[in-house]
Amino acid sequence: MPAAVQQSKAAYDIIRERFGEAVSECDANPTMPFFEVADTSKWADIALFMRDDSRLKFNYMACLSGVDYMEQGQLGIVCNLESIGGPTHKIAVKVKCARDGGSIPSVSCVWHTANWHEREAYDMYGMTFEGHPDHRRILCPEDWTGFPLRKDYQVQETYHGIKVPY
Amino acid sequence: MQELGKADLNSTRIIPQGDNRVVIEKDLDTEYMVLSMGPQHPSTHGVLRLECITDGEVVVEAEPYLGYLHRCFEKYCEKVDYPGIVPYTDRMDYLAGINNEMAFCITVEKLLDIEIPRRVEFIRVITAELNRIASHLVAIGTYGIDLGAFTPFLFCFRDREHILNLLEWISGARMLYNYVWIGGLSYDVPADFKKRVDEFVTYFKPKVVELYQLLTTNEIFVKRTKGIGIMPADVAINYGWSGPMLRGSGVDWDLRRNDPYSVYPELDFKVALPDPKFCEIGDSLARHLVRAIEIDESLKIIEQCLDKMPEVDGFDPRAAIPKKIRPKAGEVYGRAENPRGELGFYIQSDGKSTKPLRCKARSSCFVNLSAMKDLSKGQLIPDLVAIIGSIDIVLGEVDR
Amino acid sequence: MGLLDARISNRNVLVTSVDNVMNWARLSSLWPMGFGLACCAIEMMATNASNYDLERFGIFPRSSPRQSDLMIVAGTVTMKMAEKVVTLYEQMPEPRYVLSMGSCSNCGGPYWNHGYHVLKGVDRVIPVDVYVPGCPPRPEALIGGLLKIQELVRMEGIGVSRQEALKKLAEKSVDPQQVIGQARKATA
Repeated sequence: MPAAVQQSKAAYDIIRERFGEAVSECDANPTMPFFEVADTSKWADIALFMRDDSRLKFNYMACLSGVDYMEQGQLGIVCNLESIGGPTHKIAVKVKCARDGGSIPSVSCVWHTANWHEREAYDMYGMTFEGHPDHRRILCPEDWTGFPLRKDYQVQETYHGIKVPY
Repeated sequence: MQELGKADLNSTRIIPQGDNRVVIEKDLDTEYMVLSMGPQHPSTHGVLRLECITDGEVVVEAEPYLGYLHRCFEKYCEKVDYPGIVPYTDRMDYLAGINNEMAFCITVEKLLDIEIPRRVEFIRVITAELNRIASHLVAIGTYGIDLGAFTPFLFCFRDREHILNLLEWISGARMLYNYVWIGGLSYDVPADFKKRVDEFVTYFKPKVVELYQLLTTNEIFVKRTKGIGIMPADVAINYGWSGPMLRGSGVDWDLRRNDPYSVYPELDFKVALPDPKFCEIGDSLARHLVRAIEIDESLKIIEQCLDKMPEVDGFDPRAAIPKKIRPKAGEVYGRAENPRGELGFYIQSDGKSTKPLRCKARSSCFVNLSAMKDLSKGQLIPDLVAIIGSIDIVLGEVDR
Repeated sequence: MGLLDARISNRNVLVTSVDNVMNWARLSSLWPMGFGLACCAIEMMATNASNYDLERFGIFPRSSPRQSDLMIVAGTVTMKMAEKVVTLYEQMPEPRYVLSMGSCSNCGGPYWNHGYHVLKGVDRVIPVDVYVPGCPPRPEALIGGLLKIQELVRMEGIGVSRQEALKKLAEKSVDPQQVIGQARKATA
């Protein structure tokens, strides 16, 4: 196992010890070690713990991507976390919710980065983020129909009287 | 930074306190005015729209509105195959095409787990650093225009043309190159590439000093930028800032050193940090200084690479490219240090298809710009322009 | 006065039509709106800067649509931006010209098939006079397009509509391939 993955595993063990069954097993693959949050409602607590615990210090959120798991009927987010000025470990966290009307707790109060990234995930996939301070679309216009990055997205014919497809 | 103090007369006074600070005293409640800046505005660097709530000359809050250049990059990633995505990455941060291609290619190479020839790595680093200089020249030149200095813009674009000529010579395009391919390059460099890059470096070194004298130490410029838009280091990290923005706040963090890729571990360069004697850590001037220092560092890197680059007879840069690019099932997050910060790609592959299942671009400008609301609080409107310029946004990357 | 001085000696009388004088004045001071959208805007800036120096044609970017004669649509127009482009166009005083720069504003460019948020051609919302192909067009190509606009101005006159001028331009325009072919034949 490469050293970087071992570090991630060690970080995961600390989280597992604190939250037990709320997090799933760690997937220690060499390209992107990650774990999944099994109990979605605990996500904000886990995030705060990951940021503030002196052994973890995940103070930097590199990326938050929305994902559409169409076969499982779920939407999700993937967060890539690491620490600047602290330990050199990195880990990814996955949080999933139902495809229709699903919601995920917002972590924009933990990392400010998440604010716009969550808005973008909502814009593209349509999951709601509970407790988000500014829950609006960010890239598409406010009156756009549908969520463009869903796998079954059909583009609208016209927008304000302008033809959309080629 | 301004402090809004209490006062007893019915007028607003701006009292200079020396050292670029002003105290704004205001008494009667004035009516807030909403001022829409952009999407067509000469100093928003593209199609950014800021909705400023102003109290006289003071900005109470500036809310950025994005999406005026949302070109569906992530949709395209799911629709075209891996090599086909490379030209689209060019069009994200169109000032630094090669850096974008490189970030994307090293991410896919991580997923494919393939070895890259050493010569290819050196060529990639040389072109990427050349492109970094070109990008910083645009950033510095347009920053000058924003603050009323037109001449540095002309100087910067004159020198930028030299770099564009070099890159055009090796790739065939002036701006959007499609030069770095997954596993290799589209072409090897021409025969006397080393000589011409060396000539450029010799030509350009005095020009950097000239630019420094012309703009960076210019008193008006310093007055306009020093102490404006200060961002403390911990808030900057929490906002996810990266690149020159984060280093401007005094955080010693550079992906080329902290998460090394390509041949950067073999090269000797220092991470650009602002000089506290000259600026306040975290202000607009500090961010400008970091960019100016980075030009010097990039020149150093180019010189070292020219020395170390191995010469191979009959070198084929496409030899290591796999016949069919179909990574095994898995996920990866790869990144590289762009002129504007960390450009990351999250790629999900299902192992069966030649197209990614999901590809998300983490763009540095998007994240850097998200702090705009905090940075603009209580600033004067002209200072708002100085702050936007110092963030150095490229809307193509913000909106993707 | 440069060229004119060489032709005309002191106290001479110059006879010409009002159309000619008007067109000469208009085409030598085409002020475009400084309006950058995407990648092409950087090439437009490069054309304005030292190496290509557009000011020698009297072309100098203005920040306000109310002061400009020409709109260079430089870059991808998105659905969100389309209405803004129309507003800007309507704010420009007549006579106004539109130059569509780059494949994206010509027809959607590389974003034509899956780009749900990209307007496939700016001519769907405003009338375009000259198209410049390329992704992005080189500064030389943009200068070529601007010279075409100047030619169009020359075709206009009092009582000549834009449609007639465009028709005249199309009739008088020379196929560059033909010119190159003739030159080759002459040298061969």
